[in-house]
Amino acid sequence: MSSSYQRTSLAGSAVICVTLLSTPALAETVRVAFIDPLSGTFAALGQNELQSFHAMAARANQEKWAGDNQLEFVGFDNQASPQISLVQLKNAIDQGYRYITQANGSGAALALIDAINKHNERNPGKEVMFLNHGAVDPSLTNDKCSFWHFGFDANADMKSQVLINHLATNPAIKKVYIINQDYAAGHQFTRGEKEYLKSARADLELVGEDLVPLGKVKDFSPYIAKIKASGADSVVTGNWGTDLSLLIKAAKEAGLNANFYTYYANLKGAPIAMGADGADRVRYVGIWNINNETFAGEDIATSFKQKYNDDFTWMVSYSIVAMFSKAIKESGSTDPVKVGFALEGMKATSLNGQVEMRASDHQLLQPLYIGVWTKADGKTVKYDQEGTGYGWKTEKKYEASASTQPTTCAMKRPPRS
Amino acid sequence: MEFILFTLLNGLSYGLLLFMLSSGLTLIFSMMGVLNFAHASFYMLGAYFAYSISVNLSFWVAFLAAPAIVAGLGAAVERYGLRHVHKYGHAAELLFTFGLSYIVVELVQVTWGRATVQYSIPAELDGPLFTLYGTSFPIYRGFMMLVASLMMLSIYLALTRTRVGLVVQAALTHPSMVEALGHNVPRVFTLVFAGGCGLAALAGVIGGDAFVTEPGMAATVGSIIFVVVVVGGLGSLAGALIASLLIGMVQTFAVSLDYSVLTLLTALGIQETALRGSVLRITVAQMAPMLPYMLLVLVLILRPKGLMGTREG
Repeated sequence: MSSSYQRTSLAGSAVICVTLLSTPALAETVRVAFIDPLSGTFAALGQNELQSFHAMAARANQEKWAGDNQLEFVGFDNQASPQISLVQLKNAIDQGYRYITQANGSGAALALIDAINKHNERNPGKEVMFLNHGAVDPSLTNDKCSFWHFGFDANADMKSQVLINHLATNPAIKKVYIINQDYAAGHQFTRGEKEYLKSARADLELVGEDLVPLGKVKDFSPYIAKIKASGADSVVTGNWGTDLSLLIKAAKEAGLNANFYTYYANLKGAPIAMGADGADRVRYVGIWNINNETFAGEDIATSFKQKYNDDFTWMVSYSIVAMFSKAIKESGSTDPVKVGFALEGMKATSLNGQVEMRASDHQLLQPLYIGVWTKADGKTVKYDQEGTGYGWKTEKKYEASASTQPTTCAMKRPPRS
Repeated sequence: MEFILFTLLNGLSYGLLLFMLSSGLTLIFSMMGVLNFAHASFYMLGAYFAYSISVNLSFWVAFLAAPAIVAGLGAAVERYGLRHVHKYGHAAELLFTFGLSYIVVELVQVTWGRATVQYSIPAELDGPLFTLYGTSFPIYRGFMMLVASLMMLSIYLALTRTRVGLVVQAALTHPSMVEALGHNVPRVFTLVFAGGCGLAALAGVIGGDAFVTEPGMAATVGSIIFVVVVVGGLGSLAGALIASLLIGMVQTFAVSLDYSVLTLLTALGIQETALRGSVLRITVAQMAPMLPYMLLVLVLILRPKGLMGTREG
C-alpha cells in the first residue's frame, strides 16, 4: 500500500520534472512596437509594412523560428513625425515593450535612437532595442551608431553607390537631375549621389538638383517643368510614398521621357502611378525583387496577396524576423542585451541570399537588386504589381561586396552579463 | 520660353483651384461674418464622396452629385448647428467650425480608412491636351481651369444678375432692412453657407484625383486658403481671385529659382566662406512652400485689410 503510493508519487514527480524540462521557462510572447505612420500621407506604406511583419511573425510562430517564443508586432502610429515617435516610444516602454522597429523617416529614427540610448543608460536591466527596418541615414551606423540599433536595410550610401554605378554603365546617359526630399535621409541621398556621380564616369553631368519638402507637395508639375528645362535625360530620386507617386504622375502628364533611377518605386503607390508609361524607363535599387533569379520568396508573396490583397514588397521584414528569431533561439533569452550580442556578426540566409550583420556597426551587408519596370511575360517577369500588368525585371544583382563600405563607428557596448 | 509658358499654365491652373476653394470661404465670411474653419473639411468630403461615387457609378455622376450632397450637409450644419451657436457671438461660431473640422477628419478616417484612396482621373480626361516643344499639357489641367472659370462666371452672374443674388448682396450690408422687406434672411444665410460648401466640394471633386485623396488633405489646403482670403481681403471675391492666382504663380515660379542670398552676395563680389553653411544658402526653390505665408505676414503689416478688402482690421 505504502510502497505503491510512493511509486505513484515518484512517477508523478518524474512526470512533473519531464514537463518542466520540456517546456523551457522562457516561452514567452516577444512584443515589438512598430512605430511608423499609420495615418496621413504615408499611411498606405506603413500599413503594408506592418502587414508584412504580421505575416512574417505568423510564419515564424507556426514554424517555431524562435523556439517556443512567439513574436508579435503591434502598430504605434507616429504620423511620420519625430516628436510623435518619441511619445509612442514612451508609450511602448510604459507598456513593457523591449523592442521597437521603425523605418519611414530617418529624422524619426535619429530621435528614437537618441532617446533609447538615454533610456538604456538610466534603466539598466530594462534596455530597449531598435530593429531598424528601413531608415537609411548612414549616420545611424557611423557617427551615431549604437549597440541598441541594428540596421537591416542597406543604408543610403550603399544604395546610392550601386544605383549610380549601375546608371553609369548605360553609355546613353549623360545628363542627370537629382531630386530628393528635404529631410535627414534625403540630404544624405543628395550628398552620396553627387559623390558617386563624380567618381562613376567622367562625362556624367549633374544638370540640376532639388530638395522637396517631405510629404507637403501635392503638385509636382513645376518641378517637372524645371527638370525638362534642364535637359536631363535621367532623374535620380530617393523620394518615397506620395512624394514619388506624385512626381511620377506629374512626369507622365507632362510627357517627360527621362529615365528614373529610384530607391522606392517598387513600394506601394508608385507602380499604379507609372502604369505602362514607366516601362523600360523606371528602375529601382533595393534589397529584393520578387522576380529574382530563383523567385525566392514567391510563396510568401502569394500567401500575402491572398490574405491582404496587396503586394509583398517589404522583404526586410523577413530578414528581421528570421535573424531576430535566430538570435532569441541561439542566446536562449529574450533580453535585448543577450539578443544584441547574438545578432552581432550573425550570418544568415534571407530571401536575397547570404547576409551578415556586421558586428562593428550593426549594418546588414547584403546583395542588392536593380529592377526595371517591364511588361509581365510569365517568364523573367512572372509577377506584376498592383494589377498593372507590369512588374520588375531583375536587370542585375549586385553581391554584398559591391555595396560594402567602411564605417567610422566606435561602438560602446554594455557588459556581457 | 517653353519653360515660362508651362510654368505659367501650371501656376494658373493651381491658382484657379485655390480660387474655387477660397471663393466659398470668402462668400460665407462676407455674408455671415463666420470664418469657417471647417471649410477645407468640406473640400475633403467632396473628394471622398466623388471617389465613392466614381468607383460605383461614374466620374460625371460624381461631378454633379458630390457637390450637391456636400451642399446639403452644409445646409444642415448651418440650420441645426451654426444658427443655434450664432446668438453666442463670433467666438462661439469660430469654435464650432473648428470642432467640426476635427469631427469631419475622424468621420472620414472611420468611413474610408486612414490611407490614401485610389481616386483616379477618368480615362476620357487622361492624356495630353496639346504638346508644345515636346512638353505636353494634360487635358485634366485644362478641365480644371475650365471648371474654375465657369464657376467664377456663374457666381458673378448669380450675384449681380439674379434676384436671389441681389437679395444676398442686400442682406450682406443691410440684413434688417431686407428682413423688413419680407425676405427670409436666415434662409438666405443657409443658402449661402450651403453654396459655399458646395463650391469647396466641387474643388474637392476635381482636386482630389489631380493630387491625393487622403485624410490629411484638409489640413494641407486649410492653411493656404486662409492665406488666400486674408491676402485678398476678407469677404472680397475679386480679392480672392487675385490672391489665388498670385499665390499659384509665386509658388510655381519660386520652384524654378535656384538663387539664394549667397548667390546674390557672390554676384556682388562678396566672397565670405563663413556664410557657406548659413541660412543664406537656402534657395528660393527650397523656400517655395513657405512663400505664401511670408506674403501673408507682409500683407498684414503693409495692408491689414488685404488687397481688395473693405473691412478694417
